[in-house]
Amino acid sequence: MTRLPPPAGSAPASALDGEIRFNDVSVRYDGIPHGGWVVRNVSLTLRPGEFVSLIGPSGCGKTTLLKLAAGMARPTSGSVTLSGRPIAAPGPERGVVFQEYGVFPWLTVRENIAFGLSLSANRARLADRDAICTHYLQSMGLADFADALPNTLSGGMRQRVALARAYAVNPRSLLMDEPFGALDAQTRLVMQDLLLSLQQEERKTVLLITHAVDEALYLSSRIVLMSARPARIAEVIDVPFPYPRDERVLETPEFTRLQAHLRVRVMEEYARQQREDRITA
Amino acid sequence: MSDGDVMRATGVAVPGARGPLRCRGLLWSLALALPWVILLLAWVAVRSLSAKYAGLVPSPLAVLQRGSELLRDGELPLHWAASSLRVLVSVTAGVALSVPVGFALGWYVGARRVLTPMLNFFRALPPIALIPLMILYFGIGELAKALVLGYAAFFTAVVVLYEGISRIPPIYVQAARALGANDRELFSRVVLPLALPHVLTAARVALGVGWMTLVASELVSAQLGLGSMIQVAASYFQIETIYLGLITIGLTAMLMDFALVRLSNRLVRWQERIRP
Repeated sequence: MTRLPPPAGSAPASALDGEIRFNDVSVRYDGIPHGGWVVRNVSLTLRPGEFVSLIGPSGCGKTTLLKLAAGMARPTSGSVTLSGRPIAAPGPERGVVFQEYGVFPWLTVRENIAFGLSLSANRARLADRDAICTHYLQSMGLADFADALPNTLSGGMRQRVALARAYAVNPRSLLMDEPFGALDAQTRLVMQDLLLSLQQEERKTVLLITHAVDEALYLSSRIVLMSARPARIAEVIDVPFPYPRDERVLETPEFTRLQAHLRVRVMEEYARQQREDRITA
Repeated sequence: MSDGDVMRATGVAVPGARGPLRCRGLLWSLALALPWVILLLAWVAVRSLSAKYAGLVPSPLAVLQRGSELLRDGELPLHWAASSLRVLVSVTAGVALSVPVGFALGWYVGARRVLTPMLNFFRALPPIALIPLMILYFGIGELAKALVLGYAAFFTAVVVLYEGISRIPPIYVQAARALGANDRELFSRVVLPLALPHVLTAARVALGVGWMTLVASELVSAQLGLGSMIQVAASYFQIETIYLGLITIGLTAMLMDFALVRLSNRLVRWQERIRP
């Protein structure tokens, strides 16, 4: 495997470098129950290089939190910062991976991965473009599909392209909104292992939204359980398994215990959400 | 022509299964010819219903004969070239103008809200109804016809374009933004490629409207053009020439549309289509 050239012009690592912090964040939309609040007083800090999963009932406001970190939405009150600086707009230091891939259909796999590298915002990495593309084509298992158009690829392959494209611009953090939600169970497992090995190679601060309790347990160092809408932090769980992880983690009694506990807690919040929705409907 | 393509393509693609595929190619050409054969039969049948009909509807052979006459003395090519040139130039200009306007309307919700009522007002005016005014202001020359045609093409294309562009999936815009694209890069590298299929669709629709409008404007005022050929033939009761003019218009429009479809298939190969 080719060695990746070191990111050109990368800032000296400070203690805050890559830290994502939600400071007492609330979000309110018009025309929604509970006075429009979808997120209420969330404070959460993702330490640099930490892998945090958000789980909770669907529609509870998890995606809103991710959009705040991505800069695609603004909090009604409170603030969101990356490396100590407030987040105002989307930017290449925060990669985003969507459930529906968002791979550009008019570009080949290689061109998709190179897309971010040729933008003026990532000029520092332009010189190494070919080396970076080749590196991620190989590490993502896409080398044989470099010149294929996305409409000829399976969902799992498309999500690999989306991941490679996000990693190529060397973001400080990665925000993933149910990235494997549309994939079948086997592909999902493969993608989870791929993500673990990527994370082992280059530590990013990762915020992952997922419905799947086992996925959250397998991948993350910390799990944040969100309440029914409006989203608050209901419980934070430190996942005790050391990295690097592999499938053996799934067979430990600790995994089974945490899985059972989280399932119960998610269902409780889900039931509350259903009740709230019925009352306000 | 296209049935030949099908035969060749399928025959080469799977050499092991040539027999049944060649058979399928033959079936395809039959299927393509069938509606035309039915049309021709209906035409002949109408003539045989009564002597009165036979007097009003020329035989296909007579039309063909008139066609070869006018082809030989150069009259038909002259009319054909005049009309085709007018359509090509004016529709191209109209569609070109509709691209920036369509983009602005599709991209900026504010512009869309403010300008849509006016757009609908002008779109509702039949271009043909503008011909008298255009002749009054710009005379009976080429300019008046070009303006009417361009008008028709522009308003047809603009609606197709802004509908298409306002439906560009936001995920591509978000993905590009998250990778660091600025406004200019977002436009040239994401919005433009995504809009290209809509520009080609707009051109197709505008081309159809262009032919309709052109012939109408030539009927009113022109010395050259398929519309004027029909007009002159009508006053001398040369029904064969009228038929010939109509068939020429139909065939030309069909070929232009075919060329555009081929072009757009080549340019937007990446699009996911529902294939039969």
